[in-house]
Formats: sequence, C-alpha cells, structure tokens
Amino acid sequence: MSLIKTEKLSHIYSIGTPFERVAVNNIDFEINKGEFLGIIGATGSGKSTFIQHLNGLLKPTEGSVFYDGTDIHSTKQYTRDIRFKVGLVFQYPEYQLFESTVFDDIAFGPKNMKLSEPDVRERVYEAAGFAGLDESLLSKSPFGLSGGEKRRAAIAGVIAMRPDVLILDEPTAGLDPGGQAEIIRNIVNYKTSHNATVILVTHNMEEIARNVDRILLINRGSIVMDDTPARVFSESSRLTELGLAAPKAALLAERLRVLGLDAGQGIYTTEQLRKALCEIKGLQGGNAHA
Amino acid sequence: MLKDITLGQFFPGDTVVHRLDPRSKLIVMIMYITGLFMAKGFPAYGFMFAVLVTCLAISKIKPAAVLRGLRPILIIICLTVLLNIFFIRGETVLFQYYSIVITLEGVYTAIFMAMRLIMLIVCTFLLTYTTSPITLTDGLERMLSPLKKIKLPVHEFSMMMSIALRMIPTLIEETDKIMSAQKSRGADFETGGLIKRAKAILPLIIPLFISAFRRADELATAMESRCYHGGDGRTKLNVLRFSGIDFAAFLFGACVIAAVIFLGRFAV
Ligand SMILES: Nc1ncnc2c1ncn2[C@@H]1O[C@H](COP(=O)(O)OP(=O)(O)OP(=O)(O)O)[C@@H](O)[C@H]1O
Ligand SMILES: [Mg+2]
Repeated sequence: MSLIKTEKLSHIYSIGTPFERVAVNNIDFEINKGEFLGIIGATGSGKSTFIQHLNGLLKPTEGSVFYDGTDIHSTKQYTRDIRFKVGLVFQYPEYQLFESTVFDDIAFGPKNMKLSEPDVRERVYEAAGFAGLDESLLSKSPFGLSGGEKRRAAIAGVIAMRPDVLILDEPTAGLDPGGQAEIIRNIVNYKTSHNATVILVTHNMEEIARNVDRILLINRGSIVMDDTPARVFSESSRLTELGLAAPKAALLAERLRVLGLDAGQGIYTTEQLRKALCEIKGLQGGNAHA
Repeated sequence: MLKDITLGQFFPGDTVVHRLDPRSKLIVMIMYITGLFMAKGFPAYGFMFAVLVTCLAISKIKPAAVLRGLRPILIIICLTVLLNIFFIRGETVLFQYYSIVITLEGVYTAIFMAMRLIMLIVCTFLLTYTTSPITLTDGLERMLSPLKKIKLPVHEFSMMMSIALRMIPTLIEETDKIMSAQKSRGADFETGGLIKRAKAILPLIIPLFISAFRRADELATAMESRCYHGGDGRTKLNVLRFSGIDFAAFLFGACVIAAVIFLGRFAV
C-alpha cells in the first residue's frame, strides 16, 4: 500500500474574493515507502502549495490526503501526529527560525513530541550532525548565523523529529555550489540511515538527475509528467515549453546526436555521458583508457 | 486563518466609487456618518441602510466580503445589543423575571445601536475596499495640508500611516509563515483551552517583533538610498483634482443628510 496518497486534491487560495487563484488542480498522487521523489515545475506552478498538503498544513479545498490509508484530517490528533511523521522544510526556512538559540530551535519539534530532556538533547546533536551544522553554533542566536547556516539549522529542526517522510522545498536555492552539494549529501545520508522517504522540490535539474528515482512535473497546478528521470529528461522540448530545461548532460547528449555522435538514449547525468563517450572513444580508437 | 482578516483590504475595480477622489470619499463618508448619528426612527434608519446597500452595489463589493469583514466585530455588536436590552429601563415592560427587566425602549435602542454600529463599520469598508492605501493617505495628506502652516508634520504623519498600512499584509503573511513553521513541527494552536492557546501564541510574538524591526531597518535604508528626506520640495506623480463626479458625490452626501433630518420627523 502507498504511504501517502492524494485523491482529487485541489487548493484554491482566497476563495470567494477577486484574488481567487487555483494553485493545485485535481491531483491524484501516490508515493511508496523508501522512494526518492523529485518535484519540478516553473515558478508559481503550485509545488509549494501541493507539498504543504502532505503534512496537513493546508487543508484541501477539495479532495483528500491519506497517510497509511487514513485521511490526514480525520481527527485533530491524527493531523498532529502526521506532522511528526512527515517533516516539511519550507522554502527559505531561514526566515522561520524563532527561538532564542539554535539549540532551542532544533529542540522545538522533539519537545512537542513530549520526549524526555536527554532524548531531546540526543536528537538535537544527531540532527545537527545530519544537517552538517557545527556544534559550536548551537548556543548562538539563530539571527546571528549566515544564510547557509540558518538553512542548515532549519533542516536540523525538522530532522530532529526523525520523520519517516522528509519533504524539502528548494533546500539549496541561493547557496554556493559547495554548500548545495553538501546539503544534498546530508539528505541522502539521512535517507539511507533511516530508510526514509524523501520528496525534493527544486529548480536545479542536475540535483534531481543525480539523486531521485522518480520525477513529478507540475504545471499550473496539475501533474503533467510522473515518470523516471530518464524518460522525463528525454522530452527536452516539452520541458522547454513548460519553462524548464533538461540537465546539461542530457542537452549535450542531444546536441551531439544532432551533430552525428549518438551516445545512446536515456542519458541525463554527467557520469552517464562520460561513460557513454568513453565507450564510443574506445570503439573508435580501439583502446579505451580512463 | 489569519488571511481572512479583511479589515482595510483594497479590492481593485473600475466603478464610479473607485474613480472618486479619495478626499471626496472621505468627506462623503464623514457626511454619511453625521447623517447616521442624526437618524431617528425606523424610516430614517431604513433610508440610511438603503443608501449604503445601493453604494455597495454600485461599487460591486461582494456581500460575502462585507460579511467577512464584519466577523471580527461580531462580539462587540452582540455585547452592545445585550447591554442595551438589559440595562435600558423604559415604560413598556415586555418581560420581567425578578430583577431582570426587558422593556420595549431597550429593545428599540438595542436594534438602533446595532444597526448604527454595523452601518458605521460597513461605510468605512466602502472607503477602504475601493481606495488603495496609497491614494487614501495621499488624500489625507492633501486634506490636512493647511495644518502645515502651524508647523504640524503632515507629510511625515501621512508617510508613517501609509507605511503602517502597507506593512499590515506583510506582517500578517509573516505571522502566517512562522505559524506554519511552528505547526509543521508540532506546535498546537488549535486544541486546548484559552490559556494553552495563549501560551502557544507567545513564541510567535518575539520572532514577529524581530522581523518587524528588521523590515523597518531595511525600509529606512532603501528610502535613504533613494534620497528620501521628508516632505520639503517633494512633488507628486499623480496630483489629485476634483472633477464632476466629486461634486455630484458632495451633492449626494448633502441630500442624504437632508433626507435623514426630514425622515426623523416620522419617528414613532
Ligand atoms: N498564501 C497565498 N495566497 C494566495 N495565493 C497564493 C499563496 N501562496 C501561493 N499563491 C499562489 O498560488 C500559486 C502557486 O504558488 P506556489 O507557491 O505553490 O508555487 P511554486 O510552484 O512553489 O513556485 P516557486 O517555484 O516560485 O516556489 C501562485 O500563483 C501563487 O501566486
Ligand atoms: Mg515554492
């Protein structure tokens, strides 16, 4: 059975006013335990709105969301339990730190779970480790951290609840390349060590290409594609139409094919392209070398 | 949710009411309120109500928006009604139970007070729903500009007001964001008694203050780097001018007051 499931999910903002706006339109969606899902879509396509339904933060205007087969909004208590099981890291979470020290901020979730003092401490240190946050920062005020450090503190605050499902809304936007790679590494580490399900919203196609095993493409509030990265990225003209672009490696492979060098189908990461090109070189030159 | 607070929200449109000069809207609103306080008896109140409904219809404001705006003051209205019913002692007793006495006069006063309150609030909606905050403060500044002669900082005052108005939606949005962040980490704003809920609000207030100060600081820097230095020698991009419809509006306001005085004679 699927872990999270939505049925005919729609969300309309400011309903009944002149500012009415359909942000999510009739989405049927399922995700199984252990999947690594990427969500892509142009700005304003409704990604953030959609994922805020998955932990019960937004109430559907129409349709329902199920976790483990039970409607998330069936009782208030269940909705609250779900918040601990489905951890959500918001877009630009650094603006949402609120406690007086980083430690307290990370401890906010575990404390709400009514864990004992030592348990809370243990979780804070573990989460700080997973998020790549230096322990010396824990006693500082969150407002005195750099943007990247704040981002990590916010991710740690969610990981500290040890959620079964981790949802991240553009966790690497606006960070330097090194910081981006590290945050993604940390997320992958968390996923493998807790056998977690991860949903990653991003505009960075390379990030998606390298990590996820399924892609959901949202356009104007509806799902347009729900497939493996290989298949989604093979439709580069469709992606361009929707305001997106396939990863550089896929575009390069396609360009090479047009120029008469066919590296094969389903290439979308740099590693795949390098391997394919090496193979071709091996065939032509007779001796392949690394 | 917090977003449903519509007090002071502007709905863009292109009706006669939207096109009126903000100053005339303010003046006609004051005229209407004056009329409201002079109204006596059902005919006068009925007339004022009809005028209001007509204006709302002309400006194409949806009834739902008006009702939503009234919701926050529902408690005040109910309290007024109850206080008037129970504490005004008139001649005609309708109901008596030991020391609880309800009289006809009390019931009437309660109805009138409630109607007056509602119409008062709704007529201010008519102003704020159809006028953008910027135009509104612009109008206020122009209306108060004679006071500059006696060295009152009218421009600074109106600038402060427009910034305050401009910041309300931002602060609401910010509160919503922080609430969402806390909720998704298990904070509980929805269940429990009053005290428990009040306690849950507490951690909201500190980050809100911090972000308000941060925003104020950023705004001040942005204004300074664009050479803002107060009102002296500043000119306007859109200069306000009265036109035909404004004079028609004044005439309308005067007629309303006259009609109310006239209808007051038929009060029972
Ligand atoms: N709180 C809100 N009130 C009203 N409308 C909103 C609100 N939040 C989002 N919207 C609107 O809903 C639509 C979807 O927004 P959403 O934030 O879900 O997009 P997104 O796909 O996450 O975009 P981005 O990639 O820029 O983060 C947008 O058109 C936006 O204007
Ligand atoms: Mg978003």
